Amino acid sequence: MAELKKDEKIIQLVNVTKAFDETVAVENVSFYVRKGEFITFLGPSGCGKTTTLRMIAGFDIPTSGKILLNGQDITNLPPNKRPVNTVFQRYALFPHLNIYDNIAFGLKLKKVPVTYMNDKGDKYVKMQKLTRREIDEKVKNALSVVDLEGFEKRSVSTLSGGQQQRVAIARAIVNEPEILLLDEPLGALDLKMRKEMQIELKEMHRKLGITFIYVTHDQEEALTMSDTIVVMKDGCIQQIGTPTDIYNEPANAFVADFIGDSNIFNGTIVGKFTVRFCNRNFKCVDDFERNEKVDVVVRPEDIKMTDEAGGMLVGRVTSVVFKGVHYEITAMVGRSEVVIQSTQSRNVGNIIGLIIEPDDIHIMKKELTVNKYDGYITKKNTVAFGDGEFECDVTTLYPGSHLDEEGYLITATGEKLDLTDVDVSVEVGLQDIELSDNADEGGARGHIVQLIYKGDHYQYIVRTEENEEDFVLDSPDLWNENDYVSVKIKPENIRLALKQEKQNG
Amino acid sequence: MVKFHFSRKQLCIPYALFLILFVIIPMFLILFYAFTETADGAIRFSFANFIDFFTSAAKLSTLLMSFTVAIISTAVCLLIAYPLAYILARSKFKKKNVLLMLFILPMWINFVLRITALRELLDLIGLLGTENYLNTIIGMVYDFLPFMILPLYTTLEKLDNSYLEAAADLGGNKFTVFTKVTFPLSMPGVISGITMVFMPSMTNYVVSDTLSNFNITILGKLIDQYFTTYDNWHMGSMISIILLVIIFITMLVTGGFKDGKQEARGANLW
Amino acid sequence: MVKKILSVLLCAAVLVFIYAPILLLVVYSFTTSNVIGKWEGNFSFELYAQVFRSAEIMQILFNTVWLALAAAALSTVLGTAGAIGIFYSRRRAAKPLQAASQIPVINAEIVTAISLALLFSAVFLYRTYLSLIVGHMVLCTPFVVLSVLPKLKQMDSNTYEAALDLGASPSQALFKVVVPQIFSGILSGFMLSITLSLDDYIVTAFTKPPMFDTISTYVYNAVKNGTNSSTPALRALSALIFVVMIVILLVVNLRARKPSSKEAAK
Repeated sequence: MAELKKDEKIIQLVNVTKAFDETVAVENVSFYVRKGEFITFLGPSGCGKTTTLRMIAGFDIPTSGKILLNGQDITNLPPNKRPVNTVFQRYALFPHLNIYDNIAFGLKLKKVPVTYMNDKGDKYVKMQKLTRREIDEKVKNALSVVDLEGFEKRSVSTLSGGQQQRVAIARAIVNEPEILLLDEPLGALDLKMRKEMQIELKEMHRKLGITFIYVTHDQEEALTMSDTIVVMKDGCIQQIGTPTDIYNEPANAFVADFIGDSNIFNGTIVGKFTVRFCNRNFKCVDDFERNEKVDVVVRPEDIKMTDEAGGMLVGRVTSVVFKGVHYEITAMVGRSEVVIQSTQSRNVGNIIGLIIEPDDIHIMKKELTVNKYDGYITKKNTVAFGDGEFECDVTTLYPGSHLDEEGYLITATGEKLDLTDVDVSVEVGLQDIELSDNADEGGARGHIVQLIYKGDHYQYIVRTEENEEDFVLDSPDLWNENDYVSVKIKPENIRLALKQEKQNG
Repeated sequence: MVKFHFSRKQLCIPYALFLILFVIIPMFLILFYAFTETADGAIRFSFANFIDFFTSAAKLSTLLMSFTVAIISTAVCLLIAYPLAYILARSKFKKKNVLLMLFILPMWINFVLRITALRELLDLIGLLGTENYLNTIIGMVYDFLPFMILPLYTTLEKLDNSYLEAAADLGGNKFTVFTKVTFPLSMPGVISGITMVFMPSMTNYVVSDTLSNFNITILGKLIDQYFTTYDNWHMGSMISIILLVIIFITMLVTGGFKDGKQEARGANLW
Repeated sequence: MVKKILSVLLCAAVLVFIYAPILLLVVYSFTTSNVIGKWEGNFSFELYAQVFRSAEIMQILFNTVWLALAAAALSTVLGTAGAIGIFYSRRRAAKPLQAASQIPVINAEIVTAISLALLFSAVFLYRTYLSLIVGHMVLCTPFVVLSVLPKLKQMDSNTYEAALDLGASPSQALFKVVVPQIFSGILSGFMLSITLSLDDYIVTAFTKPPMFDTISTYVYNAVKNGTNSSTPALRALSALIFVVMIVILLVVNLRARKPSSKEAAK
């Protein structure tokens, strides 16, 4: 798609936010789509990709921000006034109409300008409905585009999923929209059908020459079909780029983990173009500040195996799985697990050497190194934050202080303070949080909403139910997504600080 | 622009107004009338009706009588309808829907006509004018039996056979399979049926009037009398409030009516 | 075997109980005798002739049907709009509406009847055609809502959006896409309303204009005044209604069964 002109933005979102009641589905999203492009929103369910699509279609109105179509503000334009058509996830064909009437639905409502000449020879324009012949023609054309000639009189319920899918596409493209929106259109099809439709959709895009905006959670689908991919998570854009960019240069650990298989290691920058992970220094091509904590991503197919002596890393094979084209070999390197994809096989128990080229080491800034919360001290001298209550050492708030028998704090200068309801800021390190199955054991409780494997440990996000507070933590133990856990933090690992305004007032 | 987002929801506004005007406000009017009395042309707040109801032997015996009639009618309906619904639901007969139709068909035919027809039959066999209680109960059963059959049939028909097979497989004999599995699983139908029969049996005075030659007074009749004969709307409202409390208690006990009544009304059969 | 015989006996006994009074009336509608059980004269259609000759009976038949059709039509429109509105409203608005809808369904008819009497007498419209129609609408409309709501829930909610997406205005989308999909619910709500209205006595008795009678109030009053036995034509009227209703119901239901059982077989 090199011939696209950069400034031909067909649609542009400017700082768009969409909130439903209290939950924010899409947060301050800005991007543009170029004319004729095949762009895909990719992300896990609930990441805001469908909401973004619905805002472009006009079904949802942004809470704030603007949507521009060819430079014109269409933020509040109802869907029936937009030159945009949608292929719905479950097709949304009209069950009471046959195939012909489904496809002709939009055409029958449409009015087009027709130029007439009156007796005096003056030309005038009248808005007029399409004639039956015109509609017939267009429906026939659309049916031939989707390979369903002769299906006009069939009823929706007699069609297979794949055929319904095609009718849904025909119903949308027959209106000649400027943009075709597709909301997980292949989600309900079986694998074989899905692969076929991917190729057909791509072909259709090429023939029709209109802009396709596609939504999917399937990374392979996105990589296969798109000119541009927008990766989303929690209502925010993580990365925008071509499939190659996204795959080879993921912007963060989330993207790396979501797109393709990857090994993610905890690393530290130890010098110019040098990163240390798995207890060894590697040359790399990314420049970061010295001593910065980073995530190191290495694709399994980029790790080459050699003998023990020739390896940069040495590991012991723990499992070998044949995957058809390649073997997936897992090896333990120290305490880190490394996954390798190779056409050669090894046996479990083999000691192997591993080579990673500087080009294949992708380094990204660590997203988070500490949890920060706003909290307050309770009557019992514990601290409440993150939807929970934790034992803590309140004397750390005032150097040299101690508690008396009644629980009042005596400062170094002998002043007696009641700390109840004092606002504090709380910091907890990622390694300082432990999880437990026992709900009563920890200070707060929640579900694991995300886990990312990072070589020698997992990074979890535990989200509480009440206010959706997140605890980000690293742990070597394996838990499952959606597990209900309680969060334990040792009192000495809770770093407290008085809020600025409290000190002033 | 805003209009588009409101148009569909706005469709419920006329209905909401209708409910407020003709359902909610009238309910408050009953409450108002129940706790007031008219004296010297002025309306004033009063507990007199309340006290009067619970100190009047006649009214209390009417209440007791209504309960008796309702309980017996409901029990008889259940005793007839349960085995019948069970037989129909479990039968291998291919067109059991048609069979069911025969049993519940009368619920769509004007009940005054049906009760009058029953009156002629009772007259013919000599019960009319002699057995007022019996006739009233026969009438209630006659009128409300379909409303007991339908919910029972629906739940028993939906009952997954594999439960019964599992119970038998685990060693249950026919009796234990029924008492431990079938009957507990059919409880929603039983409750739905009871609520459908109990309340009308306490209040449908057309049945008691027609079949007892106006000799038996049930709670519904009492309300009617205070409105039409004695012209004391305050007392009539108070009895209605007591009836509402009974309805409310039945609801609490049975865990709500949900959409059972509509189903039992046979809406799904139209 | 014994079980089978018992089963058949029970079914037969209940059917006899249900249909004996109806059959009795039908049989004795062919004699002019004032008393049932005594057959006088020949088999004749005389009572039926009387029904059609009697201006009074024709009037109450007309009243009953007219009232049922008007109340059902109004209830169907109001209830369908209400159900659509409830379905698309947020829970906070929909919940109280649905709860209020349940009141007339759960309530004893006599309480509904006197509540309306209190309301209409307060505004000096007691016992008018307005109070009568409203009374029947209070009985019917909630059932229309209850019939339509499940159909809305079964509907693919994206079809409305698809219609907008294809250029339909919100009202076009409603009439071209939503209404056709919930039509079976609307129809059953309408039919149910008709039967509810035809069946009603108590609310009618408390809201009707003084000189207005439906079949229910006419027959009840005839029993009350002891004039029912002196007007044997009422027997023919009842018999006629029984037979007509049974035939209509059987035809409607047996016909409606067919496609649905086919669908279930899929």
